[in-house]
Amino acid sequence: MSTNGSNGFEPRLIGFLCRWCSYNGADLAGTSRLKYPPNMVPIKTNCSGRIDATHILKALKEGADGVLIAGCHPGDCHYINGNYRTAGRFPLTQKLLEQLGLEHGRVRLEWVSAAEGDKFARVVTEFTEQIRALGPLGWSAQFVDESVAAPAAEKEAVPA
Amino acid sequence: MSKFKFAMYWAGSCGGCEIALLEIKEKIVEVDQNYEVVFWPAATDFKYKDVEGYDDGFIDVCLFNGCIRNSENEHLAKVLRAKSKVLVAFGACATMGGIPGLANVASAQEIKDLVYRDSPSIDNPDGIYPQERYEVPEGVLDLPHMYDTVKTLDQTVDVDYYVPGCAPEAGQIAAVLDVVTAALKGEGPLPPKGSTVGVSPKTCCEECKRVKEEKKITSFRRIWEFLPDPEKCLLEQGLICMGPATHAGCGARCTGVGMPCRGCYGAPDGVLDQGAKMLSTVASIVDAPTPEEIAVIAATVPDPVGTFYRFGLPSSLLRRARV
Repeated sequence: MSTNGSNGFEPRLIGFLCRWCSYNGADLAGTSRLKYPPNMVPIKTNCSGRIDATHILKALKEGADGVLIAGCHPGDCHYINGNYRTAGRFPLTQKLLEQLGLEHGRVRLEWVSAAEGDKFARVVTEFTEQIRALGPLGWSAQFVDESVAAPAAEKEAVPA
Repeated sequence: MSKFKFAMYWAGSCGGCEIALLEIKEKIVEVDQNYEVVFWPAATDFKYKDVEGYDDGFIDVCLFNGCIRNSENEHLAKVLRAKSKVLVAFGACATMGGIPGLANVASAQEIKDLVYRDSPSIDNPDGIYPQERYEVPEGVLDLPHMYDTVKTLDQTVDVDYYVPGCAPEAGQIAAVLDVVTAALKGEGPLPPKGSTVGVSPKTCCEECKRVKEEKKITSFRRIWEFLPDPEKCLLEQGLICMGPATHAGCGARCTGVGMPCRGCYGAPDGVLDQGAKMLSTVASIVDAPTPEEIAVIAATVPDPVGTFYRFGLPSSLLRRARV
C-alpha cells in the first residue's frame, strides 16, 4: 500500500474488535461475501473494554492513519459492563487527541453485534473514506533533529 | 585518597532539583567528604570552557536536571555525557520532560507570539522579538536556539540512571548517592544501567494511607471546590489523583496533605504511557446508568493533556501536539 500523495493514498487503519460481537460481525461480513475496503487490519481483543488509550496512541504513533474500536452493543457485553468503560474512555481520548492536533475523525467507536455483518462492512467502508478524505497522519515524520538547524556557538558561553 | 569528581547541571528546569539536593541536610557533609565539585553552576563558579577542557570520563557522577529545550541544553548534555562516567537523569524534567515539556502543545514560534505579542499585558507596537544573533560594534551576541520540541535527556544522549520526581525526595536522593559512592569505592555493585533508582516498586497508592474502597464517581471535582474528606481516597471523591498510574517512592506526601498526586514520579514499571493509562483509569470509574451519560461525564475532564501528562508529555507515546 502506498501512502505517498493524496491521490494514491491508501489509509492504513487498525481495528480493535471485541471477540464476542464485532469480530464475529466481521466474520459474518466475510462469509456473507460482503465487499468492503481491505485497508483495516483487524485485531481481536477479548473486550472493547480492554482497549486502553495506550493502544490507540501506539497505533497512531506507529503509522496508523485511523483507529476503529468496535464492541458489543451496550447491555450485550460478555463481561457485563466492559463496553461501558469503553464508552467513557472514548470521548476523553478524543478530547486528548484533539488537544494534540488530531482531527476528530481519526478514531471511531462503533457497536457492532455478531449479527451485523452488513453494519461492519458499512462502518469499515465509511471509515476508510473518512480517513482518505483526512489524508495521511504520518505522526513520527514530524520529529526532526533540531540541533542541526541551530546556529553553532562561536564564542565563549557563560553558564546560566 | 583523592575525591571523586561531582557535577550537577540544570538545563531546562526551575532549579528545584538543586535545592532538593540540599534537602539531604547533614548528609551533604558526607557528599563533600567523598566528592570534589568540578561543575555546578548553581553553587560554584565554573565556566563551560572548563568542562569542555576536561578529559572524557573525568567526572565520576553528573546529576543532570532539566529538559532539553534549546541548543545550549543540548550542547551541555553532549559535553557532560562525554565527560561523565555516570550520567544521571535527575528529576522529572530530565527523565520525562517535566512541566516545561507541556510546551510541546505548541511550536516555538507560537510560544514567542504569545509571550511577545499576544498576551493581554504585552505592549509591543513595533513587534520586537528576541533575536538569536545580534551584531554590536564589539562583535556578535547570540542566544541559544529554542527548539519546537522539548526533549528528555535520554532522547538526546545515552543515560545511565534515572531518578524521577519533581523534585526527587531527599531520602531517595541520599539512597542513590550512597549506592553510587559505595560503587565508586569498590564496596558494592552499581545498579544495572538504565534502571530507575530512587523509587519503590508498585504505585503511589501503595504508599498512600487513605482508605480505598470501590472507585465509582459521578462527577469530577477540583481541589478548590470543596474540602476533601481527610481519610478517604481522593480519586473516590472525584479528584483526579494520578496515584494509580505513578511510581511509588515519594512517600505519598501530597495525598497525605489532601493534594491529589500529579504524577511527578512517572509511570510505574510495565506502563508504556502514564497519561494514557491514567486517562483510561479515570474514564472507566465513571458511574452512570447509560453509556451516553458516562461519555458526557468523562468528557468533562478539563485539559486532558495538562492533567494526565503534567510531567511527561515529551516522553509519552505521541510526545507533542502535531506541528
